[in-house]
Amino acid sequence: MYPQHYRFTKEHEWVYVEGDVAVIGITDYAQRELGDVVYVELPEVGQELTAGKVLGSVESVKAVSDVYSPVSGEVVEVNTALHQAPEKINQDPHGEAWLVKVRLRDPAELDRLMTASEYEAYIAQASQASGSSSE
Amino acid sequence: MIRKVRTHPTQNEPLLFEISRPGKRAYQLPELDVPPVDPEAVLGPENVRPDLEGLPELSEVEVVRHFTRLSTHNYAVDHGLYPLGSCTMKYNPRLNEALAQLDGLAWPHPYQPEETVQGALEILARLEAALAEITGMDAVTLQPAAGAHGELTGLLMIRAALTERGNPRQKVLIPDSAHGTNPATATMAGYVAETVPSNAQGMVDLGALERQVDESVAALMLTTPNTLGVFEQNIRQIAEILHAKGAMLYMDGANMNALLGIARPGDFGVDAVHLNLHKTFSTPHGGGGPGAGPVAVKKHLEPYLPVPRLVKTEAGWKWDFHRPRSIGRVRAFYGNFLVAVRALAYIMAMGPEGLRQATLDAILNARYLRQKLEPYYELPHKAPTMHEFVLSDARQATNGVRTMDIAKRLLDYGFYAYTVSFPLIVRGAMMIEPTETESKQELDLFVEAMRAIAEEAQRDPELVRTAPHTTRVGRVDEVTAARRPILRWTPDLPRE
Repeated sequence: MYPQHYRFTKEHEWVYVEGDVAVIGITDYAQRELGDVVYVELPEVGQELTAGKVLGSVESVKAVSDVYSPVSGEVVEVNTALHQAPEKINQDPHGEAWLVKVRLRDPAELDRLMTASEYEAYIAQASQASGSSSE
Repeated sequence: MIRKVRTHPTQNEPLLFEISRPGKRAYQLPELDVPPVDPEAVLGPENVRPDLEGLPELSEVEVVRHFTRLSTHNYAVDHGLYPLGSCTMKYNPRLNEALAQLDGLAWPHPYQPEETVQGALEILARLEAALAEITGMDAVTLQPAAGAHGELTGLLMIRAALTERGNPRQKVLIPDSAHGTNPATATMAGYVAETVPSNAQGMVDLGALERQVDESVAALMLTTPNTLGVFEQNIRQIAEILHAKGAMLYMDGANMNALLGIARPGDFGVDAVHLNLHKTFSTPHGGGGPGAGPVAVKKHLEPYLPVPRLVKTEAGWKWDFHRPRSIGRVRAFYGNFLVAVRALAYIMAMGPEGLRQATLDAILNARYLRQKLEPYYELPHKAPTMHEFVLSDARQATNGVRTMDIAKRLLDYGFYAYTVSFPLIVRGAMMIEPTETESKQELDLFVEAMRAIAEEAQRDPELVRTAPHTTRVGRVDEVTAARRPILRWTPDLPRE
């Protein structure tokens, strides 16, 4: 389910690296919790992101949720297709619906994030704690 | 096709544009008896719109019927229980309305000389005094027009006071159980909003708070009882932690209806608190009338209150505009005056004992419902609750029935829905607040409906998932409406 070469945050973002560029999105768990996504707010190309700080937000019919950047660096590309088709986040959260690409400033930041298996254990615990089941 | 097959209250209503037929008029003007002029020549072509076509054309009786029928589409607290948690949809006593319609109160102009409106000013002064007494604070402004407006006014005063001390600071702390308006207010006031986690009882985690409060924190915005209906038992310690670092305690008093006559924010360390007259003090909500969000402060914040301030002189009440340290005006004129009239009428009609009884009844009603509904719905936070409580859809979700579905099904049973998916700290939240004005009979009807829906969620989940079934309009496609909104009617739009 969760790709092995991705890294994950506690706030349910994912990131993977191609060369010196990090690709960032939100996880399948996050999109299921949010429900149907209707609006996406993304940064501008050229903007500097800081790990752990807000990079944008995702809005569903239920709630607006901040998206935090897993890594620091300059935004080099933004997935503007999501403005027209936010539903892609529900359909393909780990692929087509990436949010931004960032020129990685400090690759060591990745070491602080969770691996796929760690993340799976983390969300299993989160679901149990709130006593709910899947959709 | 027979298009009229139901009684008006159950029949959906077309738009005026759809009822329109060319040439109909709701008025008649006499024949033009002066020479016609060319509007473009007189007003300039830039002020004439040649493309303004397609305005609805209807007769007077059609317009009257249209709006009368629309008025029957409402659900109001005058129809029945309105358990919308956090919103405090209590009954609006008719006495308040009668008083607000008195000529001397309904018609004064805000520019009238003070000596001609002494009675109106006296009402404002008495309301300020009553709210100060109820909250245990020293001074009150009635200007803010809503709760969130009150929050902003409060934070701007805190900012002004801290700035005068030498440093406005950077952060405002907000518990994760807070009203959504709190972080928005902090941001508007120029602060960074930082979350404080709740503990298992749904209260502020004191350890986390102690670690977070330092010289960069301007204030904590705290709602108590909070959105789970839980009173912050450590409120004094919270205030002490903040004050020790020079930070302030702002209380979101939206849930003050659980404290009236029992506890006073001024006695437990609050520096500023807003009140929602349209919640706690029975004035109408939303479309039923403007709101009002007075702010009560302790002495040390009084210099910063918005101008003008009411002062008593030998010649009677006067507006004092000379307050150099004030944050300035936050609203035109003097606040929503007729809302203030209603709130004072409520306070005086109830009296201290009556207000206290209202609080006790609100808590009793909420606890009764919680007790009655707990067999059917999950109660994630088990701490004692006050005027409202939060259930979750966890049990029904195993059958694919979520909080929104249950809320929609409630409409079929003739009730307004509870608050859906809020607070965010409870997954699948169902937030219920009956208020003190409901009888046991009405509460029992609601319990029966909720029990029936829980059974349906077991037996026939599809019935609940596709609700409502008996309303004029069925389940609205909120997702498409949000993703591809149609913001303007055009003649070629498909009809329902």
